[in-house]
Amino acid sequence: MNIHEYQGKEILKNFGVTVPNGKVAFTVSEAVEAAKELGTQVCVVKAQIHAGGRGKAGGVKVAKNLDEVRTYANEILGKTLVTHQTGPEGKEVKRLLIEEGCDIKKEYYVGLVLDRATSRVVLMGSEEGGTEIEEVAAKTPEKIFKEEIDPALGLMPYQARRLAFNINIPKELVNQAVKFMTGLYNAYIDKDCSIAEINPLVVTGDGKVMALDAKLNFDSNALYRQKDVLEYRDLEEEDPKEIEASKYDLSYVALDGNIGCMVNGAGLAMSTMDIIKHYGGDPANFLDVGGGATAEKVTEAFKIILSDPHVKGIFVNIFGGIMKCDVIAEGVVEAAKQVGLTIPLVVRLEGTNVDLGKKILAESNLNIIAAESMADGAQKIVSLVK
Amino acid sequence: MSVFINKDTKVLVQGITGGTARFHTKQMLEYGTKIVGGTSPGKGGQEVEGVPVFNTVREAVDATGANASVIYVPAPFAADSIIEAVDAELDLVICITEHIPVLDMVKVKRYMEGKKTRLVGPNCPGVITADECKIGIMPGYIHTKGHVGVVSRSGTLTYEAVHQLTQAGLGQTTAVGIGGDPVNGTNFIDVLKAFNEDPETYAVIMIGEIGGNAEEEAAKWVQANMTKPVVGFIGGRTAPPGKRMGHAGAIISGGKGTADEKIRIMNECGIKVAETPSVMGETLIEVLKEKGLYEKCKTH
Repeated sequence: MNIHEYQGKEILKNFGVTVPNGKVAFTVSEAVEAAKELGTQVCVVKAQIHAGGRGKAGGVKVAKNLDEVRTYANEILGKTLVTHQTGPEGKEVKRLLIEEGCDIKKEYYVGLVLDRATSRVVLMGSEEGGTEIEEVAAKTPEKIFKEEIDPALGLMPYQARRLAFNINIPKELVNQAVKFMTGLYNAYIDKDCSIAEINPLVVTGDGKVMALDAKLNFDSNALYRQKDVLEYRDLEEEDPKEIEASKYDLSYVALDGNIGCMVNGAGLAMSTMDIIKHYGGDPANFLDVGGGATAEKVTEAFKIILSDPHVKGIFVNIFGGIMKCDVIAEGVVEAAKQVGLTIPLVVRLEGTNVDLGKKILAESNLNIIAAESMADGAQKIVSLVK
Repeated sequence: MSVFINKDTKVLVQGITGGTARFHTKQMLEYGTKIVGGTSPGKGGQEVEGVPVFNTVREAVDATGANASVIYVPAPFAADSIIEAVDAELDLVICITEHIPVLDMVKVKRYMEGKKTRLVGPNCPGVITADECKIGIMPGYIHTKGHVGVVSRSGTLTYEAVHQLTQAGLGQTTAVGIGGDPVNGTNFIDVLKAFNEDPETYAVIMIGEIGGNAEEEAAKWVQANMTKPVVGFIGGRTAPPGKRMGHAGAIISGGKGTADEKIRIMNECGIKVAETPSVMGETLIEVLKEKGLYEKCKTH
């Protein structure tokens, strides 16, 4: 799960990480009010969307007075920002962060991420702040320093110190940087983050070490124990079909094709998209109904697929293991009855309770096209929607 | 022969009183797996499908001599269950549970350093040695005994591969689902090593997906060490970047972990990669024929 920059900064502040003073604004007048409250000479008007690259897209402006705050807030609110992370359709700005301006002496990068190869959290740092870390890694990998963290010990002060020296934080500010990184690590662990990136971390003219930006992502599997993080969820940043799917613990990703897919298992669901594409079709979605799905869940999954107006046909591809074929069949029949299915439906069933599943479909009197294999099913649905 | 499990493996079911665990305990028993006990705190003394239930893993091991366990415990409690099994010094722990918080698994892996237990999973279908022992949730009837090893990050794609092999007359030694999470107990290389050392395994199918670089590392290992042919498949060629595709580990981030990159490196390392998931079996047959191993692998 993603959250906004201002929310990330709120969390980090509670863990002792220094962030600039700032306030969120949903309207132009709130923006001006926030700037007044801050009372600083210069303030920054920052678009809050769940994507990076906002600055380059015109979503971050420095205002020298209240009139400029008003002008910029007016300009940015409601604007659709297109960045390298939003996709070509862009994202509409509905919130702003009004933040005090600060005297930046130098920008750095500090981030925490899980290293899959070592199964440990790694602290990364670079003095190439403001640039994307992937770009630094590609061009000047020698400028990235890493500290692997032992989960039994946590981030040790010497590790944070070593990283601070390696990325050339001024030595009189190293202790502040250590406190900063320790706070960042504690937030990462305490809040079940999957990414915590500060880009840039800045050193200011008045000798502060601060997070000028903050990108926190959270492990969706841990949200059950992170109720306060869950409150930061901004539904307007998500696809409505994905929100609906998440209510039923269905794993759904919207795509732009016209063949709806319902599959069990993430690997099979991805491969079903691949094989549809291979036979010249276009999948409308990724949908994994998961292992523990009930007939009701399958019905909901079916309704979500059908709520996409682009869908011209559905391919159900099930290889039952923990998921039983009869449960899928019951769900499909129930959904087809409830919504009145009018488009072609191809079903391939195999695995646990397959005979029972096939029997339920056969006795339903629904117009269901049976497929013998995944390839057979993919070819059938592709030819039916053409 | 086989890898990890065989007809003598004595299995405990952790969380045996839950609905899913009950269903699969019955299925495993029907397959012939030696399920010797189960655990469910506070329900010690009960029975599930004729299997005695204990309060703790230690108690169950002492009473039954179990050397393996399978975990069906819900995600919030699963990491604790894995650690309990490792503490009881089981040889093998297979965790079926999905949606375990990744930082829980980071702790589990740290705890397991230097311990003798092998963990398979989490978020996996389990391990099956055809006609001998089935531990997990896979449908047993698709498997036949033979000489092909299967290792996969995806449960349902494992079934797909095994089903194709059986239909083509190629039996299997063992099928291992290593799971779709970013932090798991057993990786591709661990399983490939075991297949390489197993005299009954003549060839291997390795099934990966987008995210991370485990397939690339495994491909390099195969090139340097493997004496048996390996064919592969990678799911998620058409997956959009930055989106988690069901599995916690299946995400293309920062341009890394794409299917095309994995396929390129696997090809470079001598692993033939199936064009679609429907031709995993056919692709293996082509390779076996080239190497003159087809007749040796044909079992029925």
